[in-house]
Amino acid sequence: MSKDNKILEEFTKSDYKYGFESNIESDSAPKGLNEDIIRFISSKKEEPAWLLEWRLKAYHHWLTMVEPRWPNVKFPAINYQDIIYYAAPKQKAKPKSLDEVDPELLDTFKKLGISLEEQKRLTGVAVDAVLDSVSVATTFKEKLADLGIIFCSFSEAVHKHPELVKKYMGSVVPISDNYFAALNSAVFSDGSFCYIPKGVRCPMELSTYFRINAANTGQFERTLIIAEEGSYVSYLEGCTAPMRDENQLHAAVVELYAAKDAEIKYSTVQNWYPGDREGRGGIYNFVTKRGICAGERSKISWTQVETGSAITWKYPSCILKGDHSVGEFYSVAVTNNRQQADTGTKMIHLGKNTRSRIVSKGVSAGRSQNSYRGLVRVAKRADNARNFSQCDSLLMGDQCGAHTFPYIESDNKTAQIEHEATTSKIGEDQIFYCNQRGIADEDAIALIVNGYCKEVLNQLPMEFAVEAQKLLALTLEGSVG
Amino acid sequence: MTQIIDKQSKSALQEAFLRYFENSEKLKEPASSFLYELRKNAIHSFEQSGLPGHKHEEYKYTPITRALDKNFDSQDLSLEEVPNPDLLARIKPWLLTNIDANIVVFINGQFSQEHSKIVSSPQDMILKPLSQAFIENKELVEQHFAKQASIESDAFVALNTAFAQEGLFLHVPKGKVVDKPVLVYFINDTTQRRVIVQPRNLYLIGENSQVDLAESFYTVGENPGYQNIVSEIVVAQHAIANYYKIEIEGQQAYHTGTTQVQQAAQSLFNATTVSLSGAMVRNNLNIALDAEHCETHMFGLYMLDQHTHVDNHTIVDHRLPNSFSNELYKGIMDDHSRGVFNGKIYVRPGAQKTNAFQSNMNILLTDDASIDTKPQLEIWADDVKCSHGATTGQIDAEQLFYLRTRGLKKEQARAILLKAFADDVIQNIKVKPLREQLEHIIAARLEKNYQL
Repeated sequence: MSKDNKILEEFTKSDYKYGFESNIESDSAPKGLNEDIIRFISSKKEEPAWLLEWRLKAYHHWLTMVEPRWPNVKFPAINYQDIIYYAAPKQKAKPKSLDEVDPELLDTFKKLGISLEEQKRLTGVAVDAVLDSVSVATTFKEKLADLGIIFCSFSEAVHKHPELVKKYMGSVVPISDNYFAALNSAVFSDGSFCYIPKGVRCPMELSTYFRINAANTGQFERTLIIAEEGSYVSYLEGCTAPMRDENQLHAAVVELYAAKDAEIKYSTVQNWYPGDREGRGGIYNFVTKRGICAGERSKISWTQVETGSAITWKYPSCILKGDHSVGEFYSVAVTNNRQQADTGTKMIHLGKNTRSRIVSKGVSAGRSQNSYRGLVRVAKRADNARNFSQCDSLLMGDQCGAHTFPYIESDNKTAQIEHEATTSKIGEDQIFYCNQRGIADEDAIALIVNGYCKEVLNQLPMEFAVEAQKLLALTLEGSVG
Repeated sequence: MTQIIDKQSKSALQEAFLRYFENSEKLKEPASSFLYELRKNAIHSFEQSGLPGHKHEEYKYTPITRALDKNFDSQDLSLEEVPNPDLLARIKPWLLTNIDANIVVFINGQFSQEHSKIVSSPQDMILKPLSQAFIENKELVEQHFAKQASIESDAFVALNTAFAQEGLFLHVPKGKVVDKPVLVYFINDTTQRRVIVQPRNLYLIGENSQVDLAESFYTVGENPGYQNIVSEIVVAQHAIANYYKIEIEGQQAYHTGTTQVQQAAQSLFNATTVSLSGAMVRNNLNIALDAEHCETHMFGLYMLDQHTHVDNHTIVDHRLPNSFSNELYKGIMDDHSRGVFNGKIYVRPGAQKTNAFQSNMNILLTDDASIDTKPQLEIWADDVKCSHGATTGQIDAEQLFYLRTRGLKKEQARAILLKAFADDVIQNIKVKPLREQLEHIIAARLEKNYQL
């Protein structure tokens, strides 16, 4: 047996470290999806009539759609009637501060290593923690409120800022956009809402942690970030899910809106439960993420580190509408065992002098499949649009696959588009070089993978970069040290 | 949930093909013939898949079915020959008759003895119409015919297989090096009426042999013409085959073509595809590297103007270890033309030590021209070196400036740079008269466009 195989063998023995279930009583809707369930969700959340209507409209549209089959992933058919669409942790009253929050809930976060108090005190990160469907605690709110920044749960925003929600919700990802976006629009439970007023530079990283908790609950998050003229915000999203045998569906929608001169930086570390090494269980991660650079010189930057989920299927996209706007996409996707990932981005150049940059790094190991699928489209009037894409794949083991499907569509003669992709394995000469200097094989591979992903990891905010590096090491534990 | 979104109505031409197949006496084979089953399966497969609609992933950018439906109807399927005395005069500039080469001419799908000229001896190479080979070379034909091109993978291959009657059969026996190239001309004469033809070729390149083979497509006349062609090429061990596909068709010419290649160990296959005009052209070049140590080079040039739409799809299927493939496709889009490129490198599980490279470069000259490119990698083995690159842009400003500092006019400088861009592909054509002819045509077009 070669060294690589041995390394991989060891790797498959590493278990998912975040697999535990907290016993918080859930207030759930019955299984299944119909108009009544949507009315139930809406009334549970005490929503206004216009939102219920919006949900129903999405639901009716969803009924006319068929589940897309084009991604390069395989999974058994999802029974949409076998999912619980709403589960809220039961609490007597809405907590006013951290002290009032269910201690068991807080303990869950501690196990995840994101103790709210810790974060609050040490890192200065304002966390809007979402456990299952209701956001439980929001920190640093007052400090943000002083600057006019609204950072709250989606349901709260619906009640307190209906005009903003009404104006922007569905403006970037319409309800008819795709099958899972329509489903999300019909049944979305909660999520985060963020509004940065004109000219404000958000002084801290905004962050939320998602976590699927109760058994058999689909998680349908909805995030909306609005950056007004000249503002700046950096938003972090992290996900872990406890170990579970059945596949769980996660169909979130994220909408970003950047006005003139605004900049939004959106970072994700995704570490949902990937299933065991035979591919049992794990999360289906079917997410629609899109941002629009509506104003001139606006900028949206997506950074993602994807290490979890049985199936990942997401394409954080940028619509570059404003002249001189910039879109960026940095991604590390690591798959192992029987994980499947079909991820990439779309850069739609509409405005003049728009620029986009795509850096995608895939690592596949075990029997996993890792695909990059990206679209770069330059519309007719997008003069001097510029794109650079780089998609590299690293293969570890001879039973995995790495695939690249870039779509490049140009309708403008002044557009400059460059795309390059490579697929290879770690060079024996690179390992040999490290060996020479007394670095063992495993450490050498860890070193090389880290270097390979550096370009993307560097884009992450400090707190996340550390966690991401840990996750990378954890995912490839045994194989890369 | 059961509602089907695909609202596309059935293609009328598709129905016409099916009806024609049912009623045609010519296509009725005796049940004992090996063609009987082939045709039956092929038409069945065609009926199942249907002509590809705009939702079909492989035909996403090329609405060929819509174009065919618009321009052709059931009457165009039955061909009665109308003699055209002017034809020879009109095709003469295209035919390279005064060189030492084997010339084979098909006019509206029929072999033309009159225009053909075979100079190689039958010991070196067997060259004959497929209809004849069905009878005289039964064993070879039955062994290879329709074995490579899959009727399931493409509706046009299925259609061609069901209707296959005529084309070229070429067999280079073991150890023979054919020093005189084979130039095959497929000419559609649409001066009197619309024409639909479906030529079918089978080229068997024997062990240790070598041959140069060029397929050229021309359309004469103002009516729409459609060629749906399938060529199967079997390259045996240690053989070298140079294959060229040249398309200089009219503004009313529609073309769908599949070239299916199978390579045996240590063989070398070079393909060069040059598309200069046509209404809508779709080329599939599928190469299966079915053994170890194969080498493949694919070059392509699409230099388009007016409303020409050219779609090049290539697939290199690395099935076994230690093979090498290299691909370079270049496009220049002028006027309202549209270029499409889709290159797929497929490395099967176990095909270790594969080395594959692919590059696609495009220049858009006007705002009405467009390019859609999709270079794909599908890798199922780990110890490989695969990469691809794609660029889209315009002529490099610095290069332009360099030439202008030497006193060239802007238009001249542009023409020189475009010619150099195209030359990267053209220079791979090893048959000198053919290369010179193309250089001429390209130079003439640049001269016309830039008033040199």
